Amino acid sequence: MEENIKQYTVVVFTEDKVGLLNRITIVFTRRHLNIDSLTTSESEIKGIFRYTIVTKTTPEMMKKAADQIEKLTEVLRAFYYEAQDVVSQELALYKISTANLSTPMEGLIRDFNVRILDIEKEFIIVEKTGSRKEVLRLFEQLKPYGILQFACTGQVAVTKPMKELETYLQELNKAAQKSNEIRSWKLKN
Amino acid sequence: MEKISGADAVLLSLIEEGQDTVFGYPGGAVIPLYDSLYGKRDKIHHILARHEQAAVHEAQAYAQVTGKPGVCIVTSGPGATNAITGIANANMDSVPLIVITGQVGSAFLGTDAFQETDVFGLSMPIAKWSAQITRAEDIAETMAKAFYIAVSGRPGVVVLEITKNALTSKTDFVYKKAPVIRSYVPYPEIPGEVIDKAAEMINAAEKPLILLGHGVLIARAEKAVKEFVEKSGIPFGTTLMGLSALPSDHPLNVGMLGMHGSYASNMLTNQADLIIAIGMRFSDRVTGKTSGYGTKAKILHIEIDKSEIGKIVSADLSVHGDLKSALSYLTPRIEKKTYNRWRKEFDKFYQMELEQVIRKDIQSKKPLIQMGEAVDIVSKKTAGNAIVVTDVGQNQMVAARYYKFKHPDTFLTSGGLGTMGFGLPAAVGAAVAQKFMPEDNIMKNFPVVLFTGDGGFQMNEQELGTIIQEKVPVKMIILNNSVLGMVRQWQNMFNGKRYSETDLVNPDFVCLAKAYGIKAKKVEYRDDLESSIEEMLNFDGPYLLEIMVDKDMKVMPFIAPGSTVDEMKLVSND
Repeated sequence: MEENIKQYTVVVFTEDKVGLLNRITIVFTRRHLNIDSLTTSESEIKGIFRYTIVTKTTPEMMKKAADQIEKLTEVLRAFYYEAQDVVSQELALYKISTANLSTPMEGLIRDFNVRILDIEKEFIIVEKTGSRKEVLRLFEQLKPYGILQFACTGQVAVTKPMKELETYLQELNKAAQKSNEIRSWKLKN
Repeated sequence: MEKISGADAVLLSLIEEGQDTVFGYPGGAVIPLYDSLYGKRDKIHHILARHEQAAVHEAQAYAQVTGKPGVCIVTSGPGATNAITGIANANMDSVPLIVITGQVGSAFLGTDAFQETDVFGLSMPIAKWSAQITRAEDIAETMAKAFYIAVSGRPGVVVLEITKNALTSKTDFVYKKAPVIRSYVPYPEIPGEVIDKAAEMINAAEKPLILLGHGVLIARAEKAVKEFVEKSGIPFGTTLMGLSALPSDHPLNVGMLGMHGSYASNMLTNQADLIIAIGMRFSDRVTGKTSGYGTKAKILHIEIDKSEIGKIVSADLSVHGDLKSALSYLTPRIEKKTYNRWRKEFDKFYQMELEQVIRKDIQSKKPLIQMGEAVDIVSKKTAGNAIVVTDVGQNQMVAARYYKFKHPDTFLTSGGLGTMGFGLPAAVGAAVAQKFMPEDNIMKNFPVVLFTGDGGFQMNEQELGTIIQEKVPVKMIILNNSVLGMVRQWQNMFNGKRYSETDLVNPDFVCLAKAYGIKAKKVEYRDDLESSIEEMLNFDGPYLLEIMVDKDMKVMPFIAPGSTVDEMKLVSND
């Protein structure tokens, strides 16, 4: 089982309600799953929030955890994807000491396609958007100059499979209506 | 429209939902709620428990017996933390409850105010849904949502934490029941082709076995299941929680599943070529070692909670939805059959169990009374016309094994959480439910018989107070072996008889009952057993019967931890 561990990107769509982040992470905690990164923002539809969670686990465990997340009352849908099915980026900020600043570093900044956000006497702040790998590679390159601070967003991702949230919402609305019909049938029988 | 207080809004919501009974315990943060209750005593009867944990267990039993959700009111802080065990217990056994807890005023939230705990946060992992209400105008909508979520789909506990200011401030009151929640689909539609495939699987099976769980009772599908079982001709076993779903003496019933279940149902699970799981979740107590479970069988899982499908045992086909409606499509599509030869295989194992275990348990020749004897006498004297409640441990397993059930929802026990101390309050809750039942309910005049141990009884014995306050005629049987019997059994079997901390020095239970004005009697000899049980059952009022039993009795047969179902041991080695 151990050898079948993969990286998954879990995408969860929820209503905008207090406490949901907690409920979602509880599912990970209970199964002793580490969260590598977690980002949340409003989705393309107003009032619906999107959580992007990166974790490593087995396919079986991933399915069970996703089912338990989707079971939460205010979760609309929970999906999980392997790396090839998502396009993801991270945004990283590096605050670098100017004490050891030299020409090679300027080259580095150009090569890595980073943006300079701020230049002060004691430090320079640059931004890099890219894959986790690129972000970390730049980190290693900048290390010798003295990284005073480093902050990274964690993975934001969109998925390649074509079905969009709007379609899921329509399905859900239909299912909720049908569910009510079944409920009425039950109450009568 | 005249504005009302938030507290009134809570109670009007309960009335809108047709609730006439609440269980609870007052305290600082819920004084406004109790003040409002004072003016509505004619519509809502409040049962004053002696501890919040017990109040929740009582509400659970009430819910199971009436089919309505149970409602519980407790105060903030310790009131709410005391309720936690009850909440976890009911949620694990899928019983619908609304637990309303007080909370400090919203201005004090997060300040470590007196009697403040984060109930909203605490309840998250153990409740189906929880919400914090900080404004009176949110009460009606949230209550409606709470009731809908608690009872629908796979039922569970909803915890509502209401701040004191929300209870005291004024609001309009408009109540709309069962709101549609798009993120919540409690009854998914079952595709026709899935039903067709399920029917094909069933029709093709040669040695099928049906497993019935608590879901049968929850879905009110006893009739639909009976039709399905009888048309299919397939033998069935039940889980602990599903015991009363169909009568114990049904010709196709092959007994309880799992750790202390019937020898036949366990030994033949791995001979079946199709396992049809209906409203059950393959608890580890049912499956034993999962890798050796149902080894020759395809699994057909009919279940309303999608996250249960494939959680423990992977299904070859799953029918995700309400089982009553699933069976209404499925039963017409299956062939009418009998499996006489297959059914007879179960009888062989039953005979072995009867001779080597059951007779020794219920017709013992040992000097000391065995638990099974007491259960057997109660079973024969009540003939299935009783509500049987248990605590947890040996008393629970013996009651489950030897009581013969006849009516749905007449067995109340703590299955998933295994909460010692559940029994007495649950018996109180069931008896309270009877008080408010319509006369035509068959359970209205059933005796409520509790089987508990000396250990579990003492975990909530304060509820004797609730019994006398509510004047409920609970029949309490303490099967007293002066030890924690089930743990001791494990210590005997797996820990070299090192009986660590399982001996109890007990009070005089008869005197204890008498202190509450409850009639009580102690039985030490077999000759007095039957007449004493008879006297207890005939007595008009609560009665405590302490029966001294053999502490060396072991509940058998037994699937040892780590063993597969067909490695079940019929008798213990010593």
